Amino acid sequence: MSCAEALWDHPEAMSTRHRGLRQVRRGEDRFIAGVCSGLASAWGVEPVLLRMAMIVLAVAGPGVPIYFVLWFLMPDEHGRRGIRVDQLHLEPGELRRPLAVACIVAGTLLLLEALGLSFSDRIVWPVAIAGFGMALLWQRSDSADRARWSRAAGRIPGRPLDTITGTQSIVRLGIGALLVVSGIGAFVATTNSFSVARQAVVATVVTTAGLALILAPWLSRLTAELAAERRERIRSEERADMAAHLHDSVLQTLALVQRNADRPREVAALARRQERELRTWLYGGATSTTTTLAGAIAAMASEVEELHGIDVDVVTVGDADLTTKTDALVQAAREATVNAAKHSGATQVAVYVEVEDGRVTAYVRDRGRGFDVDGVAPDRRGITSSIRDRMARHGGNATVQSSPGEGTEVTLEVATR
Amino acid sequence: MTPRVFLVDDHGLFLSGVRSELDGKVDVVGSATDVHGAVQGILAARPDVVLVDVHMPGGGGRAVIAEVLRAAPSIRFLALSVSDAAEDVIAVIRAGARGYVTKTIGADELADAVRRVHEGDAVFSPRLAGFVLDAFAGEPTTVTTAADPDLDKLTAREGEVLRLIARGYTYKEIARRLDISVKTVETHVSAVLRKLQLSTRHELTRWASDRGVI
Repeated sequence: MSCAEALWDHPEAMSTRHRGLRQVRRGEDRFIAGVCSGLASAWGVEPVLLRMAMIVLAVAGPGVPIYFVLWFLMPDEHGRRGIRVDQLHLEPGELRRPLAVACIVAGTLLLLEALGLSFSDRIVWPVAIAGFGMALLWQRSDSADRARWSRAAGRIPGRPLDTITGTQSIVRLGIGALLVVSGIGAFVATTNSFSVARQAVVATVVTTAGLALILAPWLSRLTAELAAERRERIRSEERADMAAHLHDSVLQTLALVQRNADRPREVAALARRQERELRTWLYGGATSTTTTLAGAIAAMASEVEELHGIDVDVVTVGDADLTTKTDALVQAAREATVNAAKHSGATQVAVYVEVEDGRVTAYVRDRGRGFDVDGVAPDRRGITSSIRDRMARHGGNATVQSSPGEGTEVTLEVATR
Repeated sequence: MTPRVFLVDDHGLFLSGVRSELDGKVDVVGSATDVHGAVQGILAARPDVVLVDVHMPGGGGRAVIAEVLRAAPSIRFLALSVSDAAEDVIAVIRAGARGYVTKTIGADELADAVRRVHEGDAVFSPRLAGFVLDAFAGEPTTVTTAADPDLDKLTAREGEVLRLIARGYTYKEIARRLDISVKTVETHVSAVLRKLQLSTRHELTRWASDRGVI
């Protein structure tokens, strides 16, 4: 994309330029008359790109006249128009090196021509001009320009120039450049001869190898840095996830604990619930889902803990799908646990669930005051019979073992499906 | 004789809590908050029992146990943790701990567990018993290369004892229920501990190798 192309592609843009020409040639970082830098700042692109395009255009043909037309039409920062020599921003000293480069390029090409590698003037002079332009461009890039360039290049991690330092790199660079030049030379030489395909292939290979040698350290660093950046991004996402989780769970619980500091039972229940939740989150596993028996039991336990302020210790061995039968067992275990929380006077209930050979066995045990199973205890008998009925409906059974002072153990049994 | 106990935990608050809980019940001879300090302190103090946290920076309780046992094989370890991840618990047992209890354990129960470990027995919390039953459930899945294939499975009685532990029974209650002596219960549990440490069962080996124990 160049300023001139843009004008060709968009004639309506040309007409506005005729009328207003709001693009202002910029004095402070201009190259010749500030045309490219003015357009660049108006369009928000890097001036270097426009300058390169302009050089290409100048080499290809209409660039120079286009430049002068624009120079004429665009006002400078003081609003003055027209081509004035005093606006020129070139000093003789600055031309020395670009001219040297142009001479070297032209000389090399002419030498090659003299040695029998035929170049027409159509190639020699454009290349020499391009070399001059590029060298001038680099020479004239003041510190601000270079910083901008660096910033643009910074978006691509690992700038090529950074890696071209040190003796090793210089040697590598030399060999690479040699390969590129000889590759191009060989290619150019073959274009005029009859033996074509093989030599062209060789030339291409040599050129590619040379380029690879020059760019290899940069490319490898580029991929390394991309990988590092990706790792870092994943890490920071994980950190954010963790922070979000801790905020929603642990910090909320800690706030609740502070507010309930004078109620030890509630604090203990809160702490237990948080512990269970955090453990599920940290270690995952079957307890993280309520679609399995173990998950449902764990969910039941934390619910009862929360509602009744009692410790419920759960141990599960094996697991099974949650079917109507196993769900009935979970509900019965819940009733038994709630029962223990309400009536036993114990502070802890142990729940053990085992899945083996297609059967689930659950034990709900407390070390509370216990009761006489056959004695008159209507409230408890009501509950135990409801547990028994529930299990019986699903082809399972329930037994209650208890005696005063010995605690209570409810055993539940059902087939997994 | 009250056992001489050394405490290792990287949480100072928890350390002082356990220390005051055990005060008068056992003889706390020292404590450390990191792996290196623990190894040095234990080898200097020569306690009977070390209460060691499973999770610690620098290799965790496992590193402490392995290093101390190399120099002083008579010192006994009881692992104490909030972690319920089966592989962590199994790994620390396979490193040489003689038991595992969760940090929510009561003071009296903890003192009792220390005493039991001191006497050479194993201490299985309900949770550890559950893990062990899980690990030994079903037939061994790999062709065993162990000299003693019995190491890879539990006897019926051992299974029974572990189930009762998992259900929350104390050793005394188990003895009464199975009509055996407490000593016999302890023997069964110690046998299970030995199998846990030496078995080549696929599940145990996998856990252990995941953790770099073997």
